Amino acid sequence: MPADPIITVEHLTAGYEGNVLMQALNFSVHRGEVFVILGGSGSGKSTLLKQMIGLYQPMGGSIRIEGDDIVTAEGAARRAILNKIGVMYQSGALFGSMTLLENVRLPLEEYTALDGAAMDLIARMKLQLVGLEAFCGHMPAEISGGMQKRAAIARAMALDPMILFLDEPSAGLDPITSAELDQLILRLAKSLRITFVVVTHELASIYTIADRVIMLDKRTKGIIAEGDPKVLRDTSDNPWVRRFFRREVAAEAA
Amino acid sequence: MTAAAGAMTASAPAATLTVSDAATGARELRLAGRLDAYSIAGVWHDALAALAAAPGRAIVIDASGVDYCDGAGIAMLIDVLRQPRTANAPVSLSGLRPEFQALLDQFDPVAMQAPVEPPHVTRINVIAEIGRAAAITGRDIRAQVAFIGETTTALWSAAKHPARVRWKDVWYTCEQVGVNALPIVALISFLLGIILAFQAAVPMRQFGAELFVADLVGLSILRELGPLMTAILLAGRSGAAFAAEIGTMKVNEELNALTTMGLDPVRFLVVTRIIAALLMMPLLTLFSDLIGILGGALTMLTFNIPIASFLHEVDSLVDVKDLLAGMAKAPVFAVLIAGVGCLRGLQTQTGASAVGISATRAVVSSIVLLVVVDGIYAFVYYLLDI
Repeated sequence: MPADPIITVEHLTAGYEGNVLMQALNFSVHRGEVFVILGGSGSGKSTLLKQMIGLYQPMGGSIRIEGDDIVTAEGAARRAILNKIGVMYQSGALFGSMTLLENVRLPLEEYTALDGAAMDLIARMKLQLVGLEAFCGHMPAEISGGMQKRAAIARAMALDPMILFLDEPSAGLDPITSAELDQLILRLAKSLRITFVVVTHELASIYTIADRVIMLDKRTKGIIAEGDPKVLRDTSDNPWVRRFFRREVAAEAA
Repeated sequence: MTAAAGAMTASAPAATLTVSDAATGARELRLAGRLDAYSIAGVWHDALAALAAAPGRAIVIDASGVDYCDGAGIAMLIDVLRQPRTANAPVSLSGLRPEFQALLDQFDPVAMQAPVEPPHVTRINVIAEIGRAAAITGRDIRAQVAFIGETTTALWSAAKHPARVRWKDVWYTCEQVGVNALPIVALISFLLGIILAFQAAVPMRQFGAELFVADLVGLSILRELGPLMTAILLAGRSGAAFAAEIGTMKVNEELNALTTMGLDPVRFLVVTRIIAALLMMPLLTLFSDLIGILGGALTMLTFNIPIASFLHEVDSLVDVKDLLAGMAKAPVFAVLIAGVGCLRGLQTQTGASAVGISATRAVVSSIVLLVVVDGIYAFVYYLLDI
């Protein structure tokens, strides 16, 4: 795949009140790939994701989505960037007082001029894509955790974003459900050509879905590895990176 | 909101629909431009109208002019293809680019004709609902009795073993309940004293009886309004806070964590709060009494009654008995507010709105109970001639 950057992160510095978590990060996400952000606990993976979707303000640097900086954009320009992305939060974050269909319909109601039947059809098709068409009328509390995550993906896709951000999609799921979710991600990436940015540390999932990964490190506050996960596992010259991929404890701790 | 969406799509060629009659006798719908969720509404509507206008003719959709088609565009095509037609008037689609055709092929227009499973509406059976409500009320009463029992036991054991009480939490709660409430209690009591004195002074001046306003203000504030207003403020501030704090802990499974550690949530969370409220409520009531009378005295200055005369009049008619009659309510109100707040917190259900519901229930139940208990006090004082 020719490198065609859809997100470009430059000199990104972020953290909380004087506590810098990451310093001068540079990387880009290519159009159509499944890009995975890795790192140990506390390395700032989720913080980085929240910077990229504009929830947190970085201390410095830029995050360009198709050339537009989400850090400085305001008003309609910011709205236009946000319309290009969809986000699935770790817990699903479905609205508990609405049915699944209403959850998926909400962004359509707010941002398009379509009539009710058309919005229903779109919402229903999104739910069908994630295999939940039979549960349109259910409330989020009535379905399982894995189904909630899939429904959250359907809601994130309501306005056909170019980029989907997933925060720990496999957290709290059993291996089979988690593998099904991986297949869903691959299917959507291939059929709809959506670019995925995924935060996870589920190794099995990483090998299945990731085209490229970056690994964040708490000590150096930067990226210590970037590339194909299988290649990194076998050839990285950083012992910590090799251990991460092989699930080994440090020699002194063993 | 649609303005922002419009601005975004301004650069892209909008979707267009041209209707014409083909030589074969079919009606031809030519779609072109960009089919996406923001620009498609008009075209969608027109396409359905064109179909409805030619019920007996074959419809040919030419999509070769479509440059971009997202999920909403696919949905529109599905919607057009799923319309029920007679056998001699079919709808056919041609010219869609292969990448968009692949998206379309994921869906089956015929299956999409079936209505969505309706959200299961359970019909309300009146008798069943009454029964359910009664059962819930019964359970609620049982829970309250159990809670009173648990709390009494825990308070009793705290009295026997004061060293086991978590005093650090008690002092912290005292600050929240007591010290931080001083400004609002001062404001409300002061205004209450002013309003009471002013409302009474205007008619009493007609009889030259302004001085007796001092007795009215003193008696009503000390016996009734001081304790009651302080309690209502406490219920709104701290009762709601207790319910929300404990409710959030319950939602976060912190209560389960305490239980599995073998720690009793009642001893850990309820006892400390009740002790703090018990310590602070009498002090706040006294403070409220003083500020209220001060408010009354300052008002009467404008009616040419010096503060000294006012206080002397209060002293001559109002007795220590009256002060104590009011102060005796404070500890009971304190236990009531803290207890109800904690109980509602412990009863919190799951979900985003649960904590809000608990806080509301805490305030409503406390205020209702406060008024009821205050009435009982009035009746008992009458019988005892206090």
